[in-house]
Amino acid sequence: MPAEAAIGNAAVEALKNLDPHPGVAKPDPVLVADGVVRQFGGLRAVDVSHLEVQRGAITALIGPNGAGKSTFFNVISGFDTANEGTWRYNNQTITKTAPNKLARKGLVRTFQLTKSLSRLTVLQNMLLGAKGQTGENLFSAIFKFSWSAQEQANTKRAMELLGRFNLAQKSADFAGSLSGGQRKLLEMARALMLNPDLVMLDEPMAGVNPALKQSLLDHIRDIREEGTTVMFVEHDMDMVRDVSDWVVVMAQGAIISEGTPASVMRDQRVIDAYLGAHHDEALTDSGQSLTTAEETDA
Amino acid sequence: MDFGFILSQSLTQAIGVTAIIYCLAAIGLNIQFGYGGLLNFGQVAFVAVGAYAVGVVVVEVGLSLWLAILIAIVAATVLALLLGVPTLRLRADYLAIVTIAASEILRFLAKSFDFLGGSQGITGSIGGDFSDLNPLPDWERFELGPISFTRVDMWLVLAGWLVIAILTVLTFLLMRSPWGRVVKGVREDEDAVRSLGKNTYLFKLQILIIGGVFGSFAGMYSAIAKGAVQPDGFVPDFTFFLYVMLILGGTARVLGPLLGAAIFWFLLVFVEQFLKEGVSSGVITFIGTTQIGPVRFILVGVGLMALIVFRPQGILGDRKELMLDAR
Repeated sequence: MPAEAAIGNAAVEALKNLDPHPGVAKPDPVLVADGVVRQFGGLRAVDVSHLEVQRGAITALIGPNGAGKSTFFNVISGFDTANEGTWRYNNQTITKTAPNKLARKGLVRTFQLTKSLSRLTVLQNMLLGAKGQTGENLFSAIFKFSWSAQEQANTKRAMELLGRFNLAQKSADFAGSLSGGQRKLLEMARALMLNPDLVMLDEPMAGVNPALKQSLLDHIRDIREEGTTVMFVEHDMDMVRDVSDWVVVMAQGAIISEGTPASVMRDQRVIDAYLGAHHDEALTDSGQSLTTAEETDA
Repeated sequence: MDFGFILSQSLTQAIGVTAIIYCLAAIGLNIQFGYGGLLNFGQVAFVAVGAYAVGVVVVEVGLSLWLAILIAIVAATVLALLLGVPTLRLRADYLAIVTIAASEILRFLAKSFDFLGGSQGITGSIGGDFSDLNPLPDWERFELGPISFTRVDMWLVLAGWLVIAILTVLTFLLMRSPWGRVVKGVREDEDAVRSLGKNTYLFKLQILIIGGVFGSFAGMYSAIAKGAVQPDGFVPDFTFFLYVMLILGGTARVLGPLLGAAIFWFLLVFVEQFLKEGVSSGVITFIGTTQIGPVRFILVGVGLMALIVFRPQGILGDRKELMLDAR
């Protein structure tokens, strides 16, 4: 898929020339949010005045705990209701659209606490992701001949995806018997069964061991190479630095900074609100000389 | 003590009319609760609707039984919509509250209206059209090894198990399909299934309707078999017995409700007859005949507790599958 990869790279290149400030307009936005407010009582958990997400790029959403990242994800993906605001996806207004409709339009999300369906097998989990299944109609369901060909095609695709995510040999096991990291992989693979345009990953690295992290990073890059836009919430700064093309920083519900990973990590507001002055040091190794954000990122 | 008699009595009940009624309702509940995870604590309401629909239409209105069955199916669907439309968007517990309340409301309504027979219920030849179809030869009794039925009962039992077979095959066909996969997914985690583009609300409504219509067959069958519809037969205990049968047989297993209902009635009647024989022959002295009724439930209850401790997945269940959530 060299053509698609080129599109992805062009989108990424375009980001490098932008003036990084909160709410900056992107050349080809897949998602545009305006004035999104989610209030819990007196607390404005989310208060995003303007955000655009570049198509074909990997955008990271970072920020301290309670900054409203997951709530923003929930609002956009239809799992929570905003008090105010509009948001558009592929130039269609999707404000307050039900999550199942969004998923069919190609906006698919995963969850911070993995939602693998324990008492279904890994393969059945995958097949649930396939779109437009005749056999999901109550009356066609009874007649196997009406859906068996489609089922076979979906199974083939599911097994290919499982192979990519190293889960093929687990396909007949109950999803509940997988480890935490494997469940993260399964959830990501399952989201890909929908052929999404935009995948929103909520803390894909939480609770995943370092070896698996590396392969997860590769998978996320692969998703971008296939032309899918990726947006993710993450606390793991290594991952953000490694994989993201653009970083959006939230604090107290609002976006305080935007930019390439290097520029965001130099931003004093981000250092104050989230990273801390010594964010590049190993916490346990006090003997190492101090390195500033500028030195490592430059 | 005559063990032959005790055994033949218990076997008769295990495949007899009562077991069939409970089995039909349990097949519906298995779809709702076992596969779909819907906490329907008012399955008896669907049974009552089925029974009253045929009772009223045949006895009070005077239409044919076959038309009455169609009307009963429509009535059960309407009840499922009434219960499901407002509650299925909410958390699972709301459906439980609404269904158990609705089943009691319906029972008291039935007792209060004269055209529904009041507290006497409806009595009459509800199953006339059904008996006319009886194809069996005109014998005195039909012997099946240790047990035997009259011609009327034999036809009832045959027809009952035929309906059970049809509903069971239908359950099997539905649950092996992609539709069944979505239903099972909804049981595991509704939000995950929604994030995969499925309208889970519609699926939940569909299983509530299907399970409810299956449940209404139990009511229709009971009205036909007994020639009567009694409001106090539709108490909440009915639903809880169904849950016991499901857990006994194995939830989310196609044959679970069949096995559960048969074993439940076998055990209940076996214990009852055993105690009766014991008391009347003087072997059991610590209880009297009037205490047999409650004591059989105590003993069956102890047996169920043992089942939950030693085989929580039920007879047909898969322990590995059940234990997944306990990780």
